[in-house]
Amino acid sequence: MEHEKKTIVDKIWDLCVSIKFAIVLFVLISVTSIVGTVLEQKGEPSDNIQILSKLFGESLAPHLYAVSEKLGFTDMYHSWWFTAFLMLFSLNLVLCSLDRLPKIWRLIKEPMKPMNVEQLRKLSIQREITIKGKPDTLKNEIKGFLKLMHLNCAETVGDNGYQFYSQKGRYSRLGVYITHLSILIILVGAIIGVRFGFKGYLNLPEGETSSMVFKSEEQEFPLGFDIRCETFQVDFYGNSDMPQEYRSWLTILKDGKEVLKKSITVNDPLTFNGITFYQSSYGMIPNGLERGVFLFNVASAQSEKTVLNLRYGDTFQIPNTSITGKIINFSPAFKMDEHGHTSTYANQMNNPAVLIDFSEDGKYKFSGWILKRYPGTWILPEGQRVEFNDYWGVEFTGLQVRKDPGRWVVYIGFFLIAIGLFIAFFTSHRKIWVTLVEEKNNTRVIVGATANKNKSVFERKIDKMISFLSKKQEGGK
Amino acid sequence: MNSAVFFGLSTMAYIFAMILYITYLAFRKQEVGILATTITIAGFISQTSAIFLRWGEFADLSGMGILKSAPLTNLYESLVFFVWCLILGYLIIEFKFKNRSFGAFVTPIASLMLAFIDLTGVSKEIQPLVPALKSNWLLAHVTMSFFAYATFALSCSTGLMYLILTSKKRNEGSYFFWTITFGISFVVLVAMGIDLLAFKVAVKPDVFIQSYLFKASFLNPSTTIKIISWVMAFTTGILIWRYGLLLNSIVRKFNVTVEMLDEITYKSIAIGFPVFTLGGLIFGAIWADQAWGVYWSWDPKETWSLITWFIYAFYLHGRLLKGWRGKKIAIVAVVGFVAVMFTYLGVNLLLSGLHAYGSG
Repeated sequence: MEHEKKTIVDKIWDLCVSIKFAIVLFVLISVTSIVGTVLEQKGEPSDNIQILSKLFGESLAPHLYAVSEKLGFTDMYHSWWFTAFLMLFSLNLVLCSLDRLPKIWRLIKEPMKPMNVEQLRKLSIQREITIKGKPDTLKNEIKGFLKLMHLNCAETVGDNGYQFYSQKGRYSRLGVYITHLSILIILVGAIIGVRFGFKGYLNLPEGETSSMVFKSEEQEFPLGFDIRCETFQVDFYGNSDMPQEYRSWLTILKDGKEVLKKSITVNDPLTFNGITFYQSSYGMIPNGLERGVFLFNVASAQSEKTVLNLRYGDTFQIPNTSITGKIINFSPAFKMDEHGHTSTYANQMNNPAVLIDFSEDGKYKFSGWILKRYPGTWILPEGQRVEFNDYWGVEFTGLQVRKDPGRWVVYIGFFLIAIGLFIAFFTSHRKIWVTLVEEKNNTRVIVGATANKNKSVFERKIDKMISFLSKKQEGGK
Repeated sequence: MNSAVFFGLSTMAYIFAMILYITYLAFRKQEVGILATTITIAGFISQTSAIFLRWGEFADLSGMGILKSAPLTNLYESLVFFVWCLILGYLIIEFKFKNRSFGAFVTPIASLMLAFIDLTGVSKEIQPLVPALKSNWLLAHVTMSFFAYATFALSCSTGLMYLILTSKKRNEGSYFFWTITFGISFVVLVAMGIDLLAFKVAVKPDVFIQSYLFKASFLNPSTTIKIISWVMAFTTGILIWRYGLLLNSIVRKFNVTVEMLDEITYKSIAIGFPVFTLGGLIFGAIWADQAWGVYWSWDPKETWSLITWFIYAFYLHGRLLKGWRGKKIAIVAVVGFVAVMFTYLGVNLLLSGLHAYGSG
């Protein structure tokens, strides 16, 4: 009974550490992932049905969609079975490593022993050469060569000569384990992040303060502090609509006091109390015209600039003149065609423009569009200036919010995997034995060596030594 | 002198070198070989200067400083850099193994890619960067990824040559594999060429793929043309299968041993894999973490890089752990590069995702 039970455990163990199991998992993860890249994840059903009908025809598509939704393919990277594949893959990685570790550890710890000539001739790298002179005269030369290869050698005296042997880079055999371990560390870090951290978002209008963010549409998450968006700005390349930079000026408040001020851009987030705010999107507040403030600098041809903060519909006067202006229209993305028809081409502040009616001494004079991005439109016909700086308070900044206590674990994993890969691929465990045998006033040099990786590099070094020895002999003739 | 002149010169040099390498292969004249190498080196120097000039032009235009202005931000620039890496890798192999025969394999790939840029409407303009790309990680992430792609391309070509040399019977699995791979690539390339000729369009590649790809052949509204296309494709496949052994006798002329091919395949992957892991996956994850607040979001580009990574990890474990050699492992190397091509081009052109900017 006891015996049978053990064989089952053994069988399961053997299955888990088999390369077949790893291959099956590789294939399962890859094939399901491919399906996941074709179907839009968390997408609209209609989009996915369209993709499916392109691939399989319209009659099959709705059925295929129903099946793939049942199986979780529309949000597959979060499905229980995909997580299970990843877990099994980690298990396989751990077990395979553990299974081989004792053997590798023995190879590392095994002390080098002198070998006889027959054994040397069985090694994967071997060279032989006969040189004039007694072994004693060559002894130091060989030692010097080994030292040049950064090998410190041990030495034994045999019946009719010497043997030097040495090894280097024993621990390079551990590189692959460091790599495997760091993959696990990264996965553990990711799990910590999912379990103890959160992901959320916050659309924060200019000038407003929030003490919480949204985890989902219904679920709020209290921050424990307040965050305020001072202002938001998009810069464009030249006069194009291609954004150059999005920037939000944020302030963190604790108990009503400002504790941190920072402007963030896409690659430069803000972190406070372990919670990070990323610039992710932006947009116009619906029906925000009433809450917005126009920021103008106005001046007559001679006078200094005056700063004005105005609201939609407000009237203002240009200093030292009897000219007044009234804000009567606004367009976030102003466009004028060749016939002079004006329109708004986007619901974003691509090209903000304000229409102002100008009057002199209460009598209507003219109307004009003033564009924020075109300073040429700021100058009135008689030299007065109305500089349009911003329409503040009508945009919101879209922030991606994250708390991830596992982040540093993941980064440690990243660091370790770099070290592990370097050791695994660019260092090797090298062993060399050099035997000097006396043969009638000559010396037979027999070299045997092994390297677990990059054998040819080591071979070349040994060949260099051999050719130097043989040249020396010619020179000595 | 601006970068465009040097880019033009390098394209011409590679095409000329291609002709010379093939001539060298046919006649084995030492002088021709030396000339081929010289011209390849000249093309490489010209291309290097072009890349640096464009880098400078980009930095001037964007005003973002040298580090963030690496010219690696769109399809055109990435294809140029890929070709540069490929030629560099080839030159190293030529000098290390003292063998010019691969030139006849590599220079056509380089010339084809540069010609592809000229024929299709891939925009060569220096384009301003979208905010997400403005990062110091751009340089490290993209150069390392493309360096790895180039090593994988080398391993694929030596892997294919290995299969061509070692498969001697028409009913062998490996013979089927390489003739089918070859046949499909050939048919797809020819069909795309016919599309280009038939519609004479120069549009963005993603538009091309969506509206014109295979419309002159397999997806033509006329059923007759559709049937003819399929018949032609199958005939081509069968012809390649029937006369594939001819290629075997050509490759035999290369003076390469199968051991050498096996070794180059392995060495390229052994260099490419750690570079890809670090530069492609890890640096990409760190960058995404800084820009979007997620290091891994399973978008198609990420998922396909992971699949590629799995395949090469499989290659290395099979070889180092199980001691696999020969055809089995050469097939894995070729399959790996198919995944690389899909990660690089297929995802941008066929699937959408966060990386959609790469299609310009």
